[in-house]
Amino acid sequence: MSTETTYNYKVVRQFTIMTVVWGIVGMLVGVLIAAQLIWPNLNFDIPWLTYSRLRPLHTNAVIFAFGGSALIGTSYYVVQRTCQTRLFGGGLAAFTFWGWMLVIVLAAVTLPLGLTSSKEYAELEWPVDLLITAVWVAYAIVFFGTIVKRKTKHIYVANWFYGAFILTIAVLHIVNSAEIPVSWTKSYSVYPGTIDAMVQWWYGHNAVGFFLTAGFLGMMYYFIPKQANRPVFSYRLSVVHFWALISTYMWAGPHHLHYTALPNWAQSVGMVFSLILLAPSWGGMINGIMTLSGAWHKLRTDPILKFLIVSLSFYGMSTFEGPMMSVKTVNALSHYTEWTIGHVHSGALGWVAMITIGSVYFLLPKLFGREQMYSVKLIDWHFWMSTIGVVLYVVALWVAGIMQGLMWRAVNADGTLTYSFVESLEAMYPFYFVRLIGGGLFFLGMLVMAYNMVKTISGAKAVNDPIPQAA
Amino acid sequence: MTADTTFTSGFWNIWIWVLTLGNILACWWLIWWASKRRPGDPAVGELTGHTWDGLQEINNPLPRWWLWMFYLTLIFGVVYLILYPGLGTFKGVLGWTQEKAHTAEIQKADEKYGPIFAQFASQPIEDLAGNEEALKIGHRLYANYCALCHGSDAGGGPGYPNLSDKATLWGGSPEQIKASILDGRNGVMPGWEAPLGGEQGVNEVAAYVLSLSDRKVDAAQATAGKAKYDAMCASCHGADGTGNTALGAPNLTDKTWVYGGSEGAVRKSIAKGRKGVMPAHRGFLGEDKSHILAAYIYSLSK
Repeated sequence: MSTETTYNYKVVRQFTIMTVVWGIVGMLVGVLIAAQLIWPNLNFDIPWLTYSRLRPLHTNAVIFAFGGSALIGTSYYVVQRTCQTRLFGGGLAAFTFWGWMLVIVLAAVTLPLGLTSSKEYAELEWPVDLLITAVWVAYAIVFFGTIVKRKTKHIYVANWFYGAFILTIAVLHIVNSAEIPVSWTKSYSVYPGTIDAMVQWWYGHNAVGFFLTAGFLGMMYYFIPKQANRPVFSYRLSVVHFWALISTYMWAGPHHLHYTALPNWAQSVGMVFSLILLAPSWGGMINGIMTLSGAWHKLRTDPILKFLIVSLSFYGMSTFEGPMMSVKTVNALSHYTEWTIGHVHSGALGWVAMITIGSVYFLLPKLFGREQMYSVKLIDWHFWMSTIGVVLYVVALWVAGIMQGLMWRAVNADGTLTYSFVESLEAMYPFYFVRLIGGGLFFLGMLVMAYNMVKTISGAKAVNDPIPQAA
Repeated sequence: MTADTTFTSGFWNIWIWVLTLGNILACWWLIWWASKRRPGDPAVGELTGHTWDGLQEINNPLPRWWLWMFYLTLIFGVVYLILYPGLGTFKGVLGWTQEKAHTAEIQKADEKYGPIFAQFASQPIEDLAGNEEALKIGHRLYANYCALCHGSDAGGGPGYPNLSDKATLWGGSPEQIKASILDGRNGVMPGWEAPLGGEQGVNEVAAYVLSLSDRKVDAAQATAGKAKYDAMCASCHGADGTGNTALGAPNLTDKTWVYGGSEGAVRKSIAKGRKGVMPAHRGFLGEDKSHILAAYIYSLSK
């Protein structure tokens, strides 16, 4: 069969397998640093293993290696099939895979070495930044090129979200990473002081908004209706929440800088748009969950659908929690506490990881010519391990964070602080422990997934589906 | 002047107004437009007629409750921007700023708690050091402002003096302690490696210094070191090595070492020098709280 008559699944297979691999690596590092918070000696006095260096490795690995591989891989699958045409750009797609893997390997080397631009979620130094830019531009060409040569009249909603994610991440990365190199391994941001902080959180929050939200909503809009075998609940809702989401997310960043040197006006604008963001965010949850109308019974028997739908519940919860935490009076309590970490993980584990896991379980058999995964029972096991893991994690850090915030502000009758910082730290230990168990459980679930994946793939033949001819 | 009202040009003010209100209005228009039915639209609950890879969409209306929630957040946003500073240089009708809010809270706290501290501030530190109530307050202040460097048990650490023993750098009288807290201290020991002619000179002086606290040292080295000590060190640490509290120069004849008493640590102090900084607390603790804190610290070494 000539290649133009089949879809390009090779690059999808590569990204899909690496999604599982990087998921395991990134979460293992997360489990290690969670343990270091309880037993600091676990850095073994080796500089490369200290919390300060492994923490950015963890965040980069789970967001950009695990999440990035999942997004690029699924977007390649979805854009081809919904445009009814093979990926555009020939070998460019392969370049994006190997380029992205090189970025990840460079991150895994440079971050433990302590090479960092010190910008959260953008720690990589300038040579890696340039490589990311090249890969991302190639990715955009492949994706939008495929859209341009599509055989279908309209562009499917999943592709709007993937497209917005690709375009915006390009802009965010280039603007926030503008830096002046002083050596091969060191550069300084071009922005001064508070402006640098604002640019950083404009980037940081939109990384959440476009990488971790819009991109994964693209995933949601394909894999949920597919797995449920039901039409998308509301076309109108998808139009409205798409435009509202991508326009309002842009301004929400300043809520990361409440009560700082950031001018009052910027803080207010950030808070207002964060609150307005609630409805557009929930639009995606409603559309996904309501797509199941008439097929609710499938939730009892289909663990893949369980992953997908439960991920939307966590999505709904964190996109409600986020706007609330952006309210200045709430933020005064929650900021700098463990609550923030809990919030991030209810989104990152509950939403991002679980929708990814569901989608990967959907994809693997199709990419390797199998009816279904090697073991559906193990998917169910994985589902419960993940769900219980996230709940333990998030609840522990909610309690920890609120307690921490209250301890920091508690005053005695004479106005002196009731607790010293160390006392508030000491109070965290039981919660750190529960968090470690929750995160550990989620990590073990990924190992179950890896086993299931290997069993599904071994002995199977790679399959490239033919492209249907008539539109 | 706060940063709130300074823009490099009037353009940015307009820019913020247009983007902020424009985005809110665009959202309003979007949900209003999408909630209207137009002729030619598929009926509610019917498919839109498009198919992608087997996927279809239903033309369901926007859920009402969701639509109202959206409108409410937009209204809230506009009201907030009228009340609070948000639209560029417009200060909001409430005139609220975080700086004013902070000042007001501090003022309120001072009014409420000030008299409690003032009542103790009028008593001499020596008396307060035996006053249980004052010591309780002092201990809480210590736990939050001092323990980070000096340790929860006031035992100090390398570079941070032990506050629970008799030895002091800047003097242990109540007034001296209070002065240390209020205005901080800057202790500077210069590096003597070059003036001493390198490693050998440093080692000789180190031997002499250690001999002052009856440590076993090479007698010949110590003798050679004494001459150098008298010339270069005695002006601060005193001819007898007992130090000088006016300069924060440590007593070298006792067994207390701020930067460590090992031979290596003493040599390093001599060769490279040391810099000790105790920050001033007058600005945020004020006179009265520092008075009580001084009493607590004074009580530790009594």
